Amino acid sequence: MTSTIDPAVNLEAKTSSSLQQNPSRTSRRSRTLAAIVLGTLFLGAIIFSPWILGESGLSTVLTQRNQPPTWSHPFGTDWLGRDMLMRSLHGLSLSLRIGLLAASISAFIGTSLGLAAGTFGGWVDAVIIWIVDVFFSLPHLVLLILIAFSVGGGTRGVIIAVALTHWTNLARIIRAEVLQVNSADYIHLSRQFGKSSLWIARHHMMPHIVPQLIVGLILLFPHAILHEAALSFIGIGLSPHLPAVGIILAESMRHLSTGYWWLGVMPGLLLLLSVKAFDWVGENLRILLAPKTSQE
Amino acid sequence: MPIKRRPERQPEKQLVNRRVNTLLIFVGQKLLRLGLLLIAVAIFTFVLLSLSPIDPVQAYIGADMMQISADQQALIAERWGLDQPFWNRFLDWLGQILQGNLGVSLVFNRPVSEVIAARFQASLQMLAIAWLLSGLLGLALGTLAGAVAGSWIDRVIRLYAYTLAAAPTFWVALLLLIVFAVSWRIAPVCCAAPPGVLSQNVTVWQHLHHLLLPAMTLSIIGIANITLHTRQKLIEVLHSDYVLFALAQGENLWNIVRYHGLRNILLPAITLQFASLSELFGGSVLVEQVFAYPGLGEATVQGALRSDVPLLVGIVFFSALFVYIGNTLADLAYPIIDPRIRLGGQMNR
Repeated sequence: MTSTIDPAVNLEAKTSSSLQQNPSRTSRRSRTLAAIVLGTLFLGAIIFSPWILGESGLSTVLTQRNQPPTWSHPFGTDWLGRDMLMRSLHGLSLSLRIGLLAASISAFIGTSLGLAAGTFGGWVDAVIIWIVDVFFSLPHLVLLILIAFSVGGGTRGVIIAVALTHWTNLARIIRAEVLQVNSADYIHLSRQFGKSSLWIARHHMMPHIVPQLIVGLILLFPHAILHEAALSFIGIGLSPHLPAVGIILAESMRHLSTGYWWLGVMPGLLLLLSVKAFDWVGENLRILLAPKTSQE
Repeated sequence: MPIKRRPERQPEKQLVNRRVNTLLIFVGQKLLRLGLLLIAVAIFTFVLLSLSPIDPVQAYIGADMMQISADQQALIAERWGLDQPFWNRFLDWLGQILQGNLGVSLVFNRPVSEVIAARFQASLQMLAIAWLLSGLLGLALGTLAGAVAGSWIDRVIRLYAYTLAAAPTFWVALLLLIVFAVSWRIAPVCCAAPPGVLSQNVTVWQHLHHLLLPAMTLSIIGIANITLHTRQKLIEVLHSDYVLFALAQGENLWNIVRYHGLRNILLPAITLQFASLSELFGGSVLVEQVFAYPGLGEATVQGALRSDVPLLVGIVFFSALFVYIGNTLADLAYPIIDPRIRLGGQMNR
């Protein structure tokens, strides 16, 4: 079974050949860049689609009720004859914007607490780690429901709930990074040379933390969006007259047993694609930004 | 008579004693930590709910609010101790919880502990089937993908795992519902029993029939994580020196996976599988909602939608306990799988 051991050998062969031939190196880098640009364009198109496409197709057309997907209506139409593609785009745009806002707040909380825990240490560190542990000891969805419920539900409830529950991982990563960099030799050396803490933070810490933060933030988005959709789906999130993607899917539940499968399948497929796009952009950005892989 | 005594008996007895001691210390530590955790959850929940804009009196009365005068509302508030300062209320509440009184559920009009017990019984079988299936299938798929890494089988398995990791749980449940219940009509559309059948008349087969699709949904979603981790770990093992040595001795791939691979990937897989109980619980909330399965997850949604604070708080406590038990079981499983690991870590080195 030599074939299974070969990858290690293959890898060496590949890297040595890529060192010799410059073209393959640049193509790897440009492929990563292309993936980032493509993914961002796709997501941007979804987010801004309501402004680009306007309200067309959202009005009730009773003659066109419950049409299965065709070329004129790629996602079919619903029980009021509204175009499902348009509804899905509007809903997804709303969900993505809410997810982005909540994830950004969450990233801010995570970074602040991670930096505080890493720099101050002592009881500050202990308290923050303890809070993180308490958050991890509850199922995420139960925590989301509890917070969304206790701040009164609605759009505000979803944003607060998602923002307050997604910072834990990022805080841990940033804290570990700060601790690691802080104990590095060149930081000690820098201190011995008489550099101020601010100078060290600006010139030694920032280059390490910022890539972690950017990638961490982008990889937060899919979780935030999925959880927003889940909360809206079970009815604790956005109110029914705001057609977020979770609401559209919850509505489709009532029409599934009658065989209108496209009402549920198509919007979910679009949601899945955008979540994958975020993952894709995040992973490629990580490859580009991480010192280990950025030169490959 | 010290001469007659067998010298090898003594250390063995000591060893057993020491093991029992370690186990006792381990259990003691775990219980202490659990106590601290539950107190933390209690403080967290209480602060959160007392900061919330929800008026408990209004939540209790509901739609009849207009018919109740302000004086009567104040009377209810006084009877419930809502006029007391924050710390008094908290200690009062904590005292009741410590006595096992979680309050009465407003939705079900029964004690919360009874509701949770009944609902969890319904969920437990579903969770157990899903947990076992996802663990075994995930381990098998991950091992297969790792063993033939780079081949088309590996690619298909990875595509499947990455796609499911990004798919919304409730949407996967919807898809399976459309395929199995609506199109093929081989599974029921909802609930835990056929409509119109009393709960004591439901046969085992009917019960299983309603249980299977939700459980399958949960396990399909749970597979992704464990598959990817197992695959990664097996690839690491296959690139180690001892596998190279075994290959040089003429061992074939299957035996290498069996004797070197499985032993090394089992421990992280079990950690992951026990840690996934938290995700599983969250997933069951969504899946039970889609299939209208009357389990604990559905009760959670009911509690939140209809402002049933006692029930919601009870479920929060219960889920914390559930996750904690999962992690403790993982700790207990380590020394069984890997004899080099001792309970309590550095305690008895």
